[in-house]
Amino acid sequence: MIVRVQTEDFDLAREIAALRGRDATVGAVAAFVGLVRDVNDGASVTTLSLEHYPGMTEKALEGIVAEAKSRWRVYDATLIHRVGELKPADQIVLVAVTSGHRGDAFAACEFIMDYLKTRAPFWKKERTPEGERWVEARASDEESAARW
Amino acid sequence: MAVITLVYLARLRESLGVPSEVVELPAGIGNVAGLLAWLRARGGSWATELAPGRAVRIAVNFDVAKSDTPVRAGDEVALFPPVTGG
Repeated sequence: MIVRVQTEDFDLAREIAALRGRDATVGAVAAFVGLVRDVNDGASVTTLSLEHYPGMTEKALEGIVAEAKSRWRVYDATLIHRVGELKPADQIVLVAVTSGHRGDAFAACEFIMDYLKTRAPFWKKERTPEGERWVEARASDEESAARW
Repeated sequence: MAVITLVYLARLRESLGVPSEVVELPAGIGNVAGLLAWLRARGGSWATELAPGRAVRIAVNFDVAKSDTPVRAGDEVALFPPVTGG
């Protein structure tokens, strides 16, 4: 399991290659990449600042990946979340999961993202032409996490 | 005498105007609910931001806590709004 919180960008191909290694029992890799949109709630976003709670973040993310491994036949997983100042179209988050078959890989990947959105201590602040604002949590994210 | 560290994050840090503080809890305060009531009694933005019904999340020693989670000497208690990562 790789869990990283970092300011730097990540390379999707490199991370997947590292996750797969030379393991020929891997039949499926599912990956999700979250990106910064340039519009949110009707306002154009020029910068997105991400902060987190060091100490709790890593623990929470490792717990979420461990939970996914207990529910599905997952071989391994990589979870990278960026913090600091990001611009529209930048990559924010990567979840990649290996498994023998696609069903387990898809489900575990989606589960990890849904849990991350509602349980990992990250907060977004948007800069728009009208000023700065903290992003509000969405009820739909809670509903997505609750279905698991 | 229980000395604990309080950490405020994101919007709460800005509205309360303090990132963290070390406090000595009065005798009789032993859980999250008691701690919140004590902080509300400071009045002003403390009473507003931590009012019952406001969406405030608590972590004790880096684990999500509930109102009856114990708070003991040496603990780090974090207060923050609902998370918005991903």
